[in-house]
Amino acid sequence: MSTDAAMPMVEAEGLTKAFLLPAKSLFGKPQTVSAVVDVSFRIPRGRTFGLVGESGSGKSTVAKMLLKLITPTAGELTVEGKRIFSQTPAEELAYRRKVQAVFQDPYGSLSPRMRADRIVTEPLRAHGVPAREAEARAPELLRRVGLPPEAARKYPHEFSGGQRQRLAIARALSVDPQLLVLDEPVSALDVSVRAQVLTLLREMQQRLNLTYLFVGHDLAVVHYLSDTVGVMYFGRLVELGAARLVLRQPAHPYTRRLVALASGDTPLGAVRLQGELPNPLSPPSGCLFRTRCPYADATCAAELPQMRQVGPEHSVACHHYEALAVGDKAETGPMLQDA
Amino acid sequence: MSATTTGRLRQARRMVRLPAWGVAGRPPILAAAVCLLIVIAAIGGGAITPYVPDEADFTAILAPPAWSEGGSWQHLLGTDQLGRDMLSRLIAGARISLLTAVAAVVAGGTVGVALGLAAGYIGGIVEAVIMRVVDAFLALPFILMALAFVAALGTGVGNIVLVMVLTNWARYARLVRSEVVSIKQRDFVALAQVAGLRPAAIALRHILPNVMTSILVLAVLDVGRAIILESSLSFLGLGIQPPEVSWGLALAEGRTYMSVAWWLTVWPGLAIVMTVISFNALGDWLKAGFDPRGRL
Amino acid sequence: MSGPAPLLAIRGLNVAFGPAERPVPAVADAELTLSPGEILGIAGESGSGKSTLCGAIMRTLPRSARVSGEVSFMGRDLLALEEREMAKLRGRTLSMVLQNPMTSLDPLYTIGNQVKEVLRERRRDGVALRPGGAVEVLRRVHLTAPEMRLGQYPHQLSGGMRQRVLIGMATAAAPRLLIADEPTTALDASIQDEILILFRELREAAGSAVIIVTHDLSAIRRLSDRAIIMYAGRIVEEGPTAEVFAAPSHPYTRALLDSLPRIEAEEVHLRAIPGQVPDLAQLPPGCAFAARCPVAQPVCRMHQPEESAVGERHRVFCWQAGAAA
Repeated sequence: MSTDAAMPMVEAEGLTKAFLLPAKSLFGKPQTVSAVVDVSFRIPRGRTFGLVGESGSGKSTVAKMLLKLITPTAGELTVEGKRIFSQTPAEELAYRRKVQAVFQDPYGSLSPRMRADRIVTEPLRAHGVPAREAEARAPELLRRVGLPPEAARKYPHEFSGGQRQRLAIARALSVDPQLLVLDEPVSALDVSVRAQVLTLLREMQQRLNLTYLFVGHDLAVVHYLSDTVGVMYFGRLVELGAARLVLRQPAHPYTRRLVALASGDTPLGAVRLQGELPNPLSPPSGCLFRTRCPYADATCAAELPQMRQVGPEHSVACHHYEALAVGDKAETGPMLQDA
Repeated sequence: MSATTTGRLRQARRMVRLPAWGVAGRPPILAAAVCLLIVIAAIGGGAITPYVPDEADFTAILAPPAWSEGGSWQHLLGTDQLGRDMLSRLIAGARISLLTAVAAVVAGGTVGVALGLAAGYIGGIVEAVIMRVVDAFLALPFILMALAFVAALGTGVGNIVLVMVLTNWARYARLVRSEVVSIKQRDFVALAQVAGLRPAAIALRHILPNVMTSILVLAVLDVGRAIILESSLSFLGLGIQPPEVSWGLALAEGRTYMSVAWWLTVWPGLAIVMTVISFNALGDWLKAGFDPRGRL
Repeated sequence: MSGPAPLLAIRGLNVAFGPAERPVPAVADAELTLSPGEILGIAGESGSGKSTLCGAIMRTLPRSARVSGEVSFMGRDLLALEEREMAKLRGRTLSMVLQNPMTSLDPLYTIGNQVKEVLRERRRDGVALRPGGAVEVLRRVHLTAPEMRLGQYPHQLSGGMRQRVLIGMATAAAPRLLIADEPTTALDASIQDEILILFRELREAAGSAVIIVTHDLSAIRRLSDRAIIMYAGRIVEEGPTAEVFAAPSHPYTRALLDSLPRIEAEEVHLRAIPGQVPDLAQLPPGCAFAARCPVAQPVCRMHQPEESAVGERHRVFCWQAGAAA
């Protein structure tokens, strides 16, 4: 599913990551938590892929894998045709110039004891640009994100949250990357500042032809920048498609609920989610969402749904998507796990 | 929102009246003054003593301090059993005590920080091995180690510093390692990795500076502790030997005459107590001063 | 104002920090009235003064704060009370739920332990409790398997569950007024609604009034009867929620609503407000929003706007109220 015939910038195939928890007792077995299971997607060059999900959905883990901060347990990640987890150290350094990141916490993202100009030019220096030359570029880098040149000599604690995120964006852009991984970049910011930073990100993308992976929990925010959207629930992709399609005709019950909530007009209590969150250590059989899905039935408890095409650019992992689309499904759920 | 607004609000909220001996924000003037005095004494050493510290003067044995009966302004703080001027011995003692303490703290600190950094950042088997060694060293009692050491290698300033380093480094290692483990999780470290920095560069340029504040605070508090350790050693005869003089040694020598000449033990004792308290107060102020800004 | 006597009436509330020569006015000239059983939403961003306002009501501000004005709660001026009297009110008639459920519970004690401790304290004061013990407290906030939860520790519960526990504890004695400071900010979107519903149920079951303070405008729109918008320490608009959101009178309210990403058909639109919130220590003489306002006139920059009525119980502080955006 790609919008142009050219090779996609990013291609993820069956990405899986399982974490081992230490055993509870001397003789117990260590338990595994599957943070990400079988996630596949493509990002064409110059576009944004948005990953929506709640905390625990695995979206941040996917982002970290793309940044090579975490190694997948299974699956393949390819950027510009090359597999990123079998690189030589030299290739990895080059990769680190191509891919940069902006994280959620404007307070934790910047080293508190470094001045702004050093922070912003650090990636340049890490890639061999001499310190003096790098520092000379600092005012321009700051100006690009709307910060005044006087900001160069300040320390992080002298900036507001929104300004710090701009600083983080300036740093990320300093090495002229092609791919930007944005993990909840505006969630910790004030409402009006959020809008400013999102506008800045959109401008930067258009001006520099950047490719974005945008990870977030707020559907509207993610959709603002995204061309394609993937919805994650407990480590799996439950819906994947062009942003407009997912918004206009959400196919998965979870996505429908998120869209209804994001529309803002739904009165309190109109769209409820009953049931319980599954236990990550012993996930329910079949569909993971069945413990909270109002339409779940025996099929859902028996078999894990696979991703199926709903339209040319739209796929969903749900047994009942057809019935749901025509409003023909009875509310037989949720199917709770046995205690 | 404007940075200055948040900063102003935070600053304004903290402006409460503070006691003069120094709590969160106000420097402990008294303690700083005492420390400064000690440092001047240590630097000046023999050059600023009114008399040569170990020069005996049998015409003025056990002279009381100037303001007591029988004392004279020639010897402000009195003399000891060999007629040596107490004030001079105090100043000379300051030099030895402070220098050995600082050397021990600096050397012990450097070793401890390096190992703690390695343990915390590298993790895995390196961390496990280092921390077990740390545990072993922390379990050893100082006096016994000192005794064994001195018995094997003899006394002297160098050996004393060595003993103090051996018993001290482990505390730094443990503190640094736990701080490094928590700083490692923070976003700016991950971003440094994403920027392309090598692990050594990340450790030195991002992790170490952020651990520095805790290290500094521990070190300042440690000086006081080191002075007491050195004094104890010297008191037991395991540390500084005559003709050199330290406060602990002076205490030991004055012990026998305590009933007739209180000034022989009181001055060195007071010097130790006041120095330790002052360094501790300084350390407390540093800790409080670093915290709010550093945690932003 | 017709109707029952107000539960809470605030007149001329000013809160300033810092030295007297250069005060930082965190809240300026705040006035509001709350009826029994009413749900009021106070919206604002950082520096708006909304949290300081709550602190002033609950008297939990640091000692360096200079508070003046009148905060009348059930007929008594809270600002004039002795701390002992205030302590009797707090947690009982006047209760508060704070922002971060992660750190508000002691990690070393079980949930049951902490809930029972709260109940014991209330009983000791002879305050009337709602019926039932600790289990009932948890059941009222729709915590699943409440008996099991009593034996669990805070770290075994998710953020949403912890917030429920805190709300249960805060409302065990059916307070007349509950103040919730950013109750849903740290929680996932699908849990937020469930928490907001608890406030509504509290009003229905016990007649409590609720003040919810947040920068999440959609929460205010869905939950509250009335909304107050604050900017740089002042109230700029107040009115019935539906009116304020459907037809905002103040340019800031309008700009704020426009800056939220809103879904229209199959696209998302938003419009950012230029500039930044001003430094509270260096506020201009006139309206604090004038520098960023699309319809500002010279009078706005020189003089503090006065109150004007826009509808029944809908007031706004703007010289240009009613002007086209």
